[in-house]
Amino acid sequence: MATDKTPGPSLSGGAAGPHGGQSAVDTDVGSQQVTESSAGSREKPPVNAQVRPGRFREFWSYFVENRGAVVGLVVFVTFVLIALFADILAPHSPTEQYRSALLQPPAWQDGGTRQFLLGTDAVGRDLLSRLIHGARYSFFIGVIVVVIAASSGVMIGLIAGFARGWVDTLIMRLMDILLAFPSLLLALVMVAILGPSLINAMIAIAIVLQPHYVRLTRAAVLQELPRDYVTSARVVGAGPLRLMFVTVLPNCLAPIIVQAALSFSTAILDAAALGFLGLGAQPPTPEWGTMLADSREFVLRAWWVVTFPGIAILVNVLAINLMGDGLRDALDPKLKRS
Amino acid sequence: MLSFMLRRLGTFIPTFIGVSIVSFLFIRLLPGDPILLMAGERGMSDERYAQLMTQFGFDKPLLTQYWDYITGILRGDLGISFKTKRPVWDEFFALFPATLELSLCAIVFAVLLGIPSGIIAAVNRGKWPDQMLMSTALVGYSMPIFWWALLLIILFSGLLGWTPVSGRISLMYFFPTESGFMLIDSLRSGQSGAFASAVQHLILPTIVLGTIPLAVIARQTRSAMLEVLSEDYVRTARAKGLSPLRVNGLHALRNALIPVITVIGLSVGTLMAGAILTETIFSWPGIGKWMVEGIGSRDYTAVQGGLLMIAVIVMVVNLVVDVLYGLINPKIRR
Repeated sequence: MATDKTPGPSLSGGAAGPHGGQSAVDTDVGSQQVTESSAGSREKPPVNAQVRPGRFREFWSYFVENRGAVVGLVVFVTFVLIALFADILAPHSPTEQYRSALLQPPAWQDGGTRQFLLGTDAVGRDLLSRLIHGARYSFFIGVIVVVIAASSGVMIGLIAGFARGWVDTLIMRLMDILLAFPSLLLALVMVAILGPSLINAMIAIAIVLQPHYVRLTRAAVLQELPRDYVTSARVVGAGPLRLMFVTVLPNCLAPIIVQAALSFSTAILDAAALGFLGLGAQPPTPEWGTMLADSREFVLRAWWVVTFPGIAILVNVLAINLMGDGLRDALDPKLKRS
Repeated sequence: MLSFMLRRLGTFIPTFIGVSIVSFLFIRLLPGDPILLMAGERGMSDERYAQLMTQFGFDKPLLTQYWDYITGILRGDLGISFKTKRPVWDEFFALFPATLELSLCAIVFAVLLGIPSGIIAAVNRGKWPDQMLMSTALVGYSMPIFWWALLLIILFSGLLGWTPVSGRISLMYFFPTESGFMLIDSLRSGQSGAFASAVQHLILPTIVLGTIPLAVIARQTRSAMLEVLSEDYVRTARAKGLSPLRVNGLHALRNALIPVITVIGLSVGTLMAGAILTETIFSWPGIGKWMVEGIGSRDYTAVQGGLLMIAVIVMVVNLVVDVLYGLINPKIRR
């Protein structure tokens, strides 16, 4: 799919490693921006942009062209800020129960008060504060899951791509086996083995997501290996580890970064789903999926306890997916999502 | 073509063995003694324990256990459910039609809406119908479907009172299940209103389960159409003066549908995962709800059987899709 990702001569010079001077890369970017502004629209730019100093500006100029991606980024950054400053922003404690205000509707409805802007849940906890603290969990889940899945997946993929032969076959068969199970089902069963908790849910989701990184990395490695710059690095005497991590890996990053964005949102969705089924974060954790599970019996009585946590999940996931689409277009226009 | 099919089958068998090992190990990986775990707090007498050990074969060496397990599978024996004491195989196939019916309705819903949406978006590339449809598709793709289900229940069952909240058919109707498909059985029963009731019960679960496949199909159709529309033969067809409907609908769509068919086939996994959530919320008596309940009630033999069967179903469908794809598109056979 990314076969046509041919780097221009100047780009592959930059990709050959840290020897390519910083100035050379800068002029490269400069000339591209000139052609871009003169051409007006984006037509077949030699994009092989990995995020790195000097390339970043070029990447950014493509990224901001996509309005949706920018909106996604802004919303996502807002979520991160909310997660960071949850303690200051939340008007109440997320677990304190106000016994005098059970299932109180939001402030603008009859019976609502300013004290609880979005109302309270069945045991009198402030919904807004729980949602704000929930941002922490969802961000935490996304980061940890992606870090575990991506780092292990990239390592295994590199090994498969470099080793070839029976090691490669064995690894790819194992990945096929993992991919044969629907992801949520496998995560569900793993949690049944490990025991229901947020950490176990995150481990399970990371294991389920990791084969995608293996496949992507291996495919990218196989595509890069026959290139001249790899051969020349080999001739110069680069060891296998240097070849893997310094020479080849930086040139395989584009699809991996896109996958990271996509699996960030999948992780949040799946963790929420497990929480909803009672197999993820356990009450009274203000995790959005777990909050929805608690609210199920009030579906027809208190719409707010059901609606708001779901909106939080949806908006968060949507923002990340918008960003992922923008990343994909900016990093590698040839890469298409199926 | 034959060698392509044989090669594809050659990867199927090792994967199947791998999947059977995973589901075999599942019970053995549980922390603690599986029999005591399944017995729960009540515990049991030593005699009963020894009897169960032999019955489940846990006293034999691991390799023998696996051999018994896989030969059992090939004979259609998935063990005995710990809770109901009935064969897991029978339980699975008693519930499977409910999941199949729901999944088929969901995929029909997704295809009927998704393909036209994708075409409309592609033909109007960059204009408002495209932007509107694709934004909606992205929302659908990002949807936490368990919340979507609750929202639809609030709206259609709570506020409007149009649809029931749970089950497959109203309790007023009773008839023997023959095919296991409620739509067919209710029609055959001849009771007036039974079919309408079955349809009413299907609407919300269908929408919920079909949402993500719908979004995926719409996006895929759009990008496949865009690719095909820029091909020379489409330009030629236009230049010949054929009507846009003929060009888009006949010439372009036929080739654009090839990748879409693959996506439809591959969404079986999504449907099975979605069924777990959808069936739990709507109390739909299918495989998904059965699996979640199995985990809740520590009926690990049932969970093990379900895990294996679902993986096998997904693998078989993927195999069929791949072979079909090879039939339609000779390029892939290499």
